[in-house]
Amino acid sequence: MRARYRAERRFQLYGLVAIGLTGIFLVIVLADVLFKGLPAFTQHQFVFGVKVDAAEIDPNNTRKPDEIRAGDFQALVRNTLRGIFPEASDRAARRRLDGLLSSGAGDALRDRVVADPSLIGQTVRVSVLTSADADLYFKGLGTEITRRAGRGTATPSDTSGSIEIASTVTDFASDGTLTDAEPSQLVAINGGVVKLTEIRGNRAAGEVLLPLSSAAAAAPGSWQVVTYVTPESNRRVGDREVVWLERLKEMGAVRSTFNWRFFTAGDSREPELAGIRGALVGSALTLFVTLVICLPLGVAAAIYLEEFAVKNRVTELIEVNINNLAAVPSIVFGLLGLAVFLNFFGLPRSAPLVGGLVLALLVLPTIIIAARAALKAVPPSIKEAALGVGASHQQAVFHHVLPLAVPGILTGTIIGMAHALGETAPLLMIGMVAFIVEVPHGVTDAGTVLPVQIYLWSDLPEIAFQAKTAAAIIVLLVFLFVMNGIAIYLRRRFERRW
Amino acid sequence: MSAIYLIGLAVLVAVGFLFGLARAAATARSGPLHSRPPYHGVFVALGVLVPMAALYVIGVPVGQRLAESQALAAFDLGVIDDLKRSAILRDVQAVLAGRFAGDPGEALRRAAETYASVRWIANGTLLAVGFAFGLLGLVLSLRSVSAPFRARTHVERFINIVLFASATVAVLTTLGIVMSVLFETLRFFERVSPVDFLFGLQWSPQTAIRADQVGSSGAFGIVPLVTGTLLITAIALLVAGPIGLFAAIYMAEYATPRFRAFVKPILEILAGIPTVVLGFFAALTVAPSIRGWGQALGLDVASESALAAGVVMGMMIIPFISSLSDDVINAVPQSLRDGSYAMGATRSETIKKVILPAAFAGIVSAFMLAISRAVGETMIVVMAAGLAANLTFNPLEAVTTFTVQIKTILVGDQEFESAKTLSAFALGFVLFFFTLTLNVIALQVVKRYREQYD
Repeated sequence: MRARYRAERRFQLYGLVAIGLTGIFLVIVLADVLFKGLPAFTQHQFVFGVKVDAAEIDPNNTRKPDEIRAGDFQALVRNTLRGIFPEASDRAARRRLDGLLSSGAGDALRDRVVADPSLIGQTVRVSVLTSADADLYFKGLGTEITRRAGRGTATPSDTSGSIEIASTVTDFASDGTLTDAEPSQLVAINGGVVKLTEIRGNRAAGEVLLPLSSAAAAAPGSWQVVTYVTPESNRRVGDREVVWLERLKEMGAVRSTFNWRFFTAGDSREPELAGIRGALVGSALTLFVTLVICLPLGVAAAIYLEEFAVKNRVTELIEVNINNLAAVPSIVFGLLGLAVFLNFFGLPRSAPLVGGLVLALLVLPTIIIAARAALKAVPPSIKEAALGVGASHQQAVFHHVLPLAVPGILTGTIIGMAHALGETAPLLMIGMVAFIVEVPHGVTDAGTVLPVQIYLWSDLPEIAFQAKTAAAIIVLLVFLFVMNGIAIYLRRRFERRW
Repeated sequence: MSAIYLIGLAVLVAVGFLFGLARAAATARSGPLHSRPPYHGVFVALGVLVPMAALYVIGVPVGQRLAESQALAAFDLGVIDDLKRSAILRDVQAVLAGRFAGDPGEALRRAAETYASVRWIANGTLLAVGFAFGLLGLVLSLRSVSAPFRARTHVERFINIVLFASATVAVLTTLGIVMSVLFETLRFFERVSPVDFLFGLQWSPQTAIRADQVGSSGAFGIVPLVTGTLLITAIALLVAGPIGLFAAIYMAEYATPRFRAFVKPILEILAGIPTVVLGFFAALTVAPSIRGWGQALGLDVASESALAAGVVMGMMIIPFISSLSDDVINAVPQSLRDGSYAMGATRSETIKKVILPAAFAGIVSAFMLAISRAVGETMIVVMAAGLAANLTFNPLEAVTTFTVQIKTILVGDQEFESAKTLSAFALGFVLFFFTLTLNVIALQVVKRYREQYD
């Protein structure tokens, strides 16, 4: 008997474990996406005073917007940064320094100067976009940095180039040559930074990354041994960049802001410039087409099947058809779209119009089934009363049954639209996967939609796009939750028990 | 042209409605009408709409075709293939829009002129005939407005036809799917024999661009795809089957209403997560961790292992299995449970010995629907499973599926009319009929099962 009760409890536990696992799955998926995606909603920018040099951007002194727009604002920003770090004078170093800036760094400045040409010749404080790598560094994907005050008196041999630092006590870690596969050791001394390459007892040889103000001896405690814990070969930013970025941060020239650009820009190959505006507009246009087509069709079909259809072979065929259509793999609808809408009717590829048509066919069964359920839920007495006072069958249905079924139909429609919003596979088939920077303006322009954008970004190798992908997923999920929330609200608000 | 036509159409329809309404109202003063005036208005409006819309739908493509054939005739090329044809027509359009790069040449300019003039004549004719039809419809239907005229009956009959037509869209969709995959599949079988397709052990859909290329033959055997699809589906079922079923049993038999109200939304949210999101999760979180665990255990795990895709696919179908099984278990009559309890059985014994056998058919059909969902699922496998068609049952290796291959072949640059492109449709054909068969059987089983207990 006890064994039987134990079995009973065990059985119950299985059920609870199963439900618990499901819950854990859900939490892990959502937490994973949130964790990966939230950093992408902020973006780091440098705040500089940039001198707007007329020679760079308006050499002919025309002050015309078109002329100014064509100016090389990127160079202005680049020159400002080079002015901060004048020691980066050779080409390789300059290229690495320029790499801290986004290729769209000059855009904000351009817009300001075009709007107000009187800024030309002045020094303007602007925020400029950092490159994706620099942004990721500030978001913590760089390295842990430890600092330890020097215990001896250190004397550098020079202020720049390859120098040697001699300390009075053993301040540096183990002897030998330092490679980029182990943590980097640097010395911050006399306002400069030296990267150590070789250590021999109390002496260390190194490369000056930021020039020292003097070669004077530094007292104990006034200089530091700095360790970048992550080896250089394991990070995307080198020691040089880290030194620059840390210096900029100390200068207060780094600012983190909400990433509005993510919502206002189209797609881009540069992670820091890419946004989801194009995908959002594309999704909106596609859903609009879907709604316009499938709502009237679905409701009309439901009314016919529920109210007017005679029970015969044809009706049965239609009903079986709708049930089966609801379970056809979505990619097959993509094949239909490709073969019929693109190849047969010759509609434009990648257009929200075709996407909307395909999705309309895809969600039509859902809407028909929901609308039928809503019509069925209206008690027959309503219709009978209308018929009793002399209304025709159609008058009874359209004037009395349909209005009462509207909340149910709306709920079903919103759920169908949410389904359509998350659908990806059929849209891949009709070519909505192209890389499109422009935001579509109409239903026949080439465009893409949010889930496809997610798919496209998830395929890219840059690590910065991973966060973008997750952020786009968060936006998609927020839309889906809102839509489903509205549907649940409608259901609660208008649910009537007859 | 279209704008003028459609605006004219709208105006005429509105005028028709108002005239019909006014005339019926005027008639009503001298005696009772059979139908209320708005019905007469709608009748007249339909009298304008139907002929004009029909003419537009037929006329526009006809005019287009006519212009195209005349423009091509101006070239005097004799027989030309489709590709050349569309290239010429594109050039003609470019010349007309004034964005043709370079000198179009005498022949092309003449073709463009012909095209433009034929289009102009066709459009003019369409406009004239359309408005004539519209006005004729207006006058004729206005004349029939009278007291005994059964306008309502006619309008309702029209509405009925529209409703019926809407209902048939679903059938047309199915027909469209069958036609589009069937025709391309037949063309595919002209190039590759069905036997090779169904029983070939190699899948590498590369067809030669030049005949002398190495490895140009292309192999179209779907067996590796079948095993890959089945492997991933089996893993998914191993995950989702027990979890979904136990969850359903607990929800149906043990859970208090409050617990149900708490858990149902979890399942609904899981069901509502777009598969592209699950694919991202599978590819970037599950696959690397499985690979890491595998390496820790000394196993060689492919970075696109079947296991990762299968596990996440299982997560996707848990809500599917649990909600369907829940319905089925709930449909088992209470009398069966009461009988079992009366014999002294515990609840779990009742579930195992009475309820599950009674619900067996329904649960099987739930699993079949889940299988069909898993087989047709695209995004998770596209993002997390591999492209290489390995014939293996090792879940740690990369396998590929039907949907992955369809997507890979049809996205991006397509070789026109090649066996490779057509093979995607053949795969779609197999996929469609496999899932269709599963669904039909499952729905039949559910139907029979319902009848058994109703």
